Amino acid sequence: MKAIKILGTCIVVVLVCAFAFNPRETDAYGYNIGDYATDFNLKNVDGNMISLGMYEDAKGFLVIFTCNTCPYAVAYEDRIIALDQKYRSKGVPVIAIMPNNPELKPGDSFSKMQERAEDKGFTFPYLIDEGQTVYPQYGATKTPHVYLLEKMADGNIVRYIGAIDDNYSDANAVEARFVENAVDEMLAGKPISEMTTRAIGCSIR
Amino acid sequence: MKQLILIVLVLALGCRSEKKVEQSLLSATEAPSKDTREVEMPIEVFDFEGLKPLLHQTDDKIHVINFWATWCAPCIKELPYFERVGQEQAGTVEVTLVSLDMPGMWKKQLLPFIEKKKLQSTVVVLDDPKQNIWIPQIDDNWSGAIPATLIYTKNQRRFYEKPFTYEELVAEIDTFK
Repeated sequence: MKAIKILGTCIVVVLVCAFAFNPRETDAYGYNIGDYATDFNLKNVDGNMISLGMYEDAKGFLVIFTCNTCPYAVAYEDRIIALDQKYRSKGVPVIAIMPNNPELKPGDSFSKMQERAEDKGFTFPYLIDEGQTVYPQYGATKTPHVYLLEKMADGNIVRYIGAIDDNYSDANAVEARFVENAVDEMLAGKPISEMTTRAIGCSIR
Repeated sequence: MKQLILIVLVLALGCRSEKKVEQSLLSATEAPSKDTREVEMPIEVFDFEGLKPLLHQTDDKIHVINFWATWCAPCIKELPYFERVGQEQAGTVEVTLVSLDMPGMWKKQLLPFIEKKKLQSTVVVLDDPKQNIWIPQIDDNWSGAIPATLIYTKNQRRFYEKPFTYEELVAEIDTFK
């Protein structure tokens, strides 16, 4: 009888371990709406280290995984700048993170990021996820991939995950401004009507 | 030169070629609705509603629908495996390569790529910016990253948001037999 109990315990332990350490098999990979998002300390194109904690007066953040080399990311560059210009003054700055491995994508090297930020006149930090430690925690799979965080007393809560709007190819043909709607609703203290959206993007590598 | 590309593509597109030629002739004679880019395309350009029938065929084949683009390096890497499977298992497996290249890339990148690589599988373009509407209709768990592949028969279907090796692809297709 005792042996059976021990055996049973062993099986439970093995099962728990199997599930606990295989994030792809569970929902543990990346954030869901309502999760607390981790802070980070990543290098900006100006050489300074940036973390969310430095923004004392922020009400939230638009953390956007983007890069130089993805046509979709490039198509959205001007719209990302516009988001920063619209919402930074309202307490929700854009924080752009480049998640790719520059050894696999030379066009996303730190120096190329600096060039791109300079050429486009990025008004927001453009950070490199060196060692690729941050994007897996967020669960970003592609560029561009937006996470709207709301700053609370005890951390930053994920309020929206997804696309910037519903038309990558033509900013003038956009019908639904997903991110703007989400930020506006968050700032107004309203529930966010569309919390996740999807768009085609370039796999993060 | 353009005619040559057209002929090569029509041959490569196989059994559906007649319909395509008819359609391209038809659209060439009709007044273009928004712009003229589709008229000059020798391969089919669909919006999602147009693509849908290809995702729900009820014959006895195993349909492999690969979502790719010329700018997607992991897609280009796995493309030869899809080509190889389509040729080795012709009759059993039908491979369709759905390009998500943007309109500005069709002539500059996509058509030259198809010609250079002599792609044998059917290539179509999905041009539908309302991605938030159609992505979940292809698979509810698809984040939108490519490469991505749908494999289906009339009885079962599975979706893969990942790149394949040749061996993995063959093994996965075998599970549908």
